[in-house]
Amino acid sequence: MTAILDIKNIDKHFDISGTILDQLRLDGGRITRKRTVVKAVNGVTLSVMPGETLSVVGESGCGKSTLARTVMGLYRPNRGEILYKGERIDNLSSSQMLPYRTKMQMVFQDPYASLNPRMTVRQILEEPVRLHNPSLNRDEVHDKVAEVMRRVGVDPVWSTNYPHEFSGGQRQRISIARALVVDPEFIVADEPIAALDVSIQAQILNLLMDAQEERGLTYLFISHDLSVVEHISSRVCVMYLGCVCELGPAAELFANPRHPYTQALLSAIPRLGGKAGGHTRLSGDVPTPINLPSGCVFHGRCPHAGKRCMTEAPAPRTMQSGVVVACHAVAEGRI
Amino acid sequence: MRTRWQRFKDSYMLHSFLRDPVALTSFIILALLFVSAFGAPVLAPHNPYDPTTVDIMNAQLPPSWEHGGTEQFLLGTDAQGRDILSTMLYGMRVSIIIGVGAVCLQAFLGIVVGLLSGYVRRLDNILMRIADVQLSFSTYMVAIFIGAIVQTAFGVAGYEDVAVPLLIVIIGLAEWPQYARTVRASVLAERRKEYVEAARVIGLPSSRIMWRHILPNTLSPVLVISTVQVANAIMSEAALSFLGLGMPVTKPSLGSLITAGFEYIFSGSWWITIFPGILLVLLILVINLLGDWVRDFLNPKLYKG
Repeated sequence: MTAILDIKNIDKHFDISGTILDQLRLDGGRITRKRTVVKAVNGVTLSVMPGETLSVVGESGCGKSTLARTVMGLYRPNRGEILYKGERIDNLSSSQMLPYRTKMQMVFQDPYASLNPRMTVRQILEEPVRLHNPSLNRDEVHDKVAEVMRRVGVDPVWSTNYPHEFSGGQRQRISIARALVVDPEFIVADEPIAALDVSIQAQILNLLMDAQEERGLTYLFISHDLSVVEHISSRVCVMYLGCVCELGPAAELFANPRHPYTQALLSAIPRLGGKAGGHTRLSGDVPTPINLPSGCVFHGRCPHAGKRCMTEAPAPRTMQSGVVVACHAVAEGRI
Repeated sequence: MRTRWQRFKDSYMLHSFLRDPVALTSFIILALLFVSAFGAPVLAPHNPYDPTTVDIMNAQLPPSWEHGGTEQFLLGTDAQGRDILSTMLYGMRVSIIIGVGAVCLQAFLGIVVGLLSGYVRRLDNILMRIADVQLSFSTYMVAIFIGAIVQTAFGVAGYEDVAVPLLIVIIGLAEWPQYARTVRASVLAERRKEYVEAARVIGLPSSRIMWRHILPNTLSPVLVISTVQVANAIMSEAALSFLGLGMPVTKPSLGSLITAGFEYIFSGSWWITIFPGILLVLLILVINLLGDWVRDFLNPKLYKG
């Protein structure tokens, strides 16, 4: 089976040093130009298979959202390739990208910010239909929008209302409707439930999973909620400081985490009846992505770090169970 | 399913407006002033633009309630024998046209520049430096410079015809950076929001994202500065006219009426200056008070008690 999306060795760096005047520093009597670069995503490689839900997990600032936005073409990667069904899409101009816009869509994290407050729900939902199907007449556009609204559980009667007149959950439904209205096959969901109430989270998850079943959708699901990820994913990718630590089938990864970071992360999931403080504690803080550690990015906090970890970045290795792990200790059999 | 009118009738905006006596009074006064200014050809007792109706023998008559005043000229006459009330109404019309016209031009230039420099980052530096250069010239310096050249080029008679569009262009060109900066600041805040990214993910072209998605969300500060800027532009026009670079005496605005009367104020004809002055102050005051209300209404962080 060929992958629907291939991400090959993607780097995304942000220059935060500002204008040239901000970059100049007086250093030992000489003026030097210093650039500050945030290395948000470093050498990420993964492929998404048709019909699956691939979840990307990791703590705040590990580059999950940057990865999602790079995939959608909102950011241009500094290195690497993104292929959609074997065709390269990361270097296309916005007009060349247009046909892919109907195939790939995105659901955003914050339903309060992702809907234009000055447009009615109808305007929000009709705009993509009109753009991508210029041949449809008014009634057809209208019917299409009404049908999608019913599918996501928002009564089309409310289509003349503005986003602020809806609750957070309803807004996220509208946001999902906007993604579905162009009939995509692949949806990037960037923490779609992080901004919602727990009771609403379940409804939105069910909506996403129903849509997947009906339309045969593929999801790239960005989340930091590990229990949700365990519930909905077919495969899981764990990221730390912009690098992939471990990637594998959800059941296998949750049952038998190999990478020391995954182990620590999973031990932090609160369990019913579990004792407080039972999780693995990592020493120190996450290093800044401006000065990435040499070698394995996790070596400063890893209980199993050896000499090799400090100098040589570990290459991803496929284990017998099908899990891909990037860790020297696992490769050397120390864990 | 509600119509626009129903939405407006139920809106918080109307509610807060009707419960703010200052805003309501200002609005009523402003509406009266507008109606009387633009209805001047119908409402005014005399036509100051028609020299045949003006009699020099009526010059400098005091208001009707003063000694020597006549019923014919309620607020007295000016040095040419024109009825002050009528001239004021016509003059206010000129002032309002110049004020509103200049603000439209400012807003257009400023919004285009502000949108471009906020959304297209490559243009930001150059456009904002141009705005800085423009801001470093005083409005009056630009106006005096252009006005003097045009007056020389067209001569006094020709200048009369081009004075209104010229003043609109001068004041419009001098003040657009205000808008550009305000719009740019809002665009920079808006473009980071997810709805803009959503529009890009849909594949909408940049121009549509700028005009249809970002611009409507930056309009509240634009609305607020517009009210203040109308008052400012009317004042600039009055100041330029006072300096003799605005409207000619034959087609007076409020500012040139004040100047015209200024020469006679020490000979006792105070009404030529004072009445247009009061009208100008009233006009600017109500516009500013309305602007304050708009600002308070659009900024919920400034709720007063």
